[in-house]
Amino acid sequence: MDAVALHISNGVLDGPVSAVYGVIALVALAYCISRGRRDLDDRLAPMAGLVAAFIFAVQMLNFPVLPGVSGHLLGGAMAALLVGPWVGALCVSVVLIVQALVIADGGVTALGANITNMALVGTGVAYLLIFLLLRILPRTPTGLGITAFVASVFAVVAASQSFVLQYALGGTTDLDHYSLGAIAGVMAGTHVLIGIGEGLIAAVTVVTVAKTRPDLVYALRGLKPVRPATAAEVAA
Amino acid sequence: MKKTTWFILGGLLVALLLAGVASNFASGSPDGLDSASTKGCTLNENDEITGGSCMAQNAKDNETSDSPLADYQINGIGNSYVSTGLAGVAGVLLTFLVGGGLFWLVRSRKQPAETRE
Repeated sequence: MDAVALHISNGVLDGPVSAVYGVIALVALAYCISRGRRDLDDRLAPMAGLVAAFIFAVQMLNFPVLPGVSGHLLGGAMAALLVGPWVGALCVSVVLIVQALVIADGGVTALGANITNMALVGTGVAYLLIFLLLRILPRTPTGLGITAFVASVFAVVAASQSFVLQYALGGTTDLDHYSLGAIAGVMAGTHVLIGIGEGLIAAVTVVTVAKTRPDLVYALRGLKPVRPATAAEVAA
Repeated sequence: MKKTTWFILGGLLVALLLAGVASNFASGSPDGLDSASTKGCTLNENDEITGGSCMAQNAKDNETSDSPLADYQINGIGNSYVSTGLAGVAGVLLTFLVGGGLFWLVRSRKQPAETRE
């Protein structure tokens, strides 16, 4: 097998844009830690570690989407459903950091851009849809599966377009043969298909967890956003 | 609590099988980003860019491309199935330890009411 490159490499985006996205990613991750630690208790912490490890594993499983083109799961929707948006974005980020630093998958200078696309945009768009869909759909395994599927498709396409925006801002090569609009179209097209594949994987995974241990699914915890009990409530 | 430990171990086993075994049946084709990145360029049989104009034209090697786990292969193991599988297993365990450790460190500790906040 040749070198498998799954994420943005070094040198594709210029220095200033890479640096700006690095700062965006750092600030956003710090915010995710501060929000996420309210969700993280003795039970969610190992579950979040498992979600990160599982996403790492499934990202290795490229599936064909077109002749000569493959895709792999990004993981935002699955993570947001299982451990919530803040911890979910952190799970995807941990995977991307391990890949960049140890596997040489995704450039270290492109880490901020990769985290922004897959961990922040992906998980954020997914959670928005999860938030809406779980108010409309029945909170059954079927409803949860449909939610995972739809959220995955939109999250993956959004992540792909976030990359096109990054390239528009700081791409290092002027493209002679393709306009950025054409690139956006190609990226959207392949990523709808990748999103469908990811949606199926995410739906099967989340439904399996919901049937085995519904108490471990963050999205089933309650319709209202989860808020930690205050000292008064704990004492009462 | 014990039930959750078993669930985590079971999930980890599934992840290890996916990364250690199933990964060898994954598609070797470039992914959506990679294939869009080389659009407009001509490639040789090693997928190296030989001409044209495309997003990946100025792409550079990763800083960690000499890492023992670079490109999902264990450095020095000739058999690519074994190499990919072991790299996957190592990656899953490393991600679980790094992620789980980080989340365990920043978790909010359940403490008696009087010491909270």
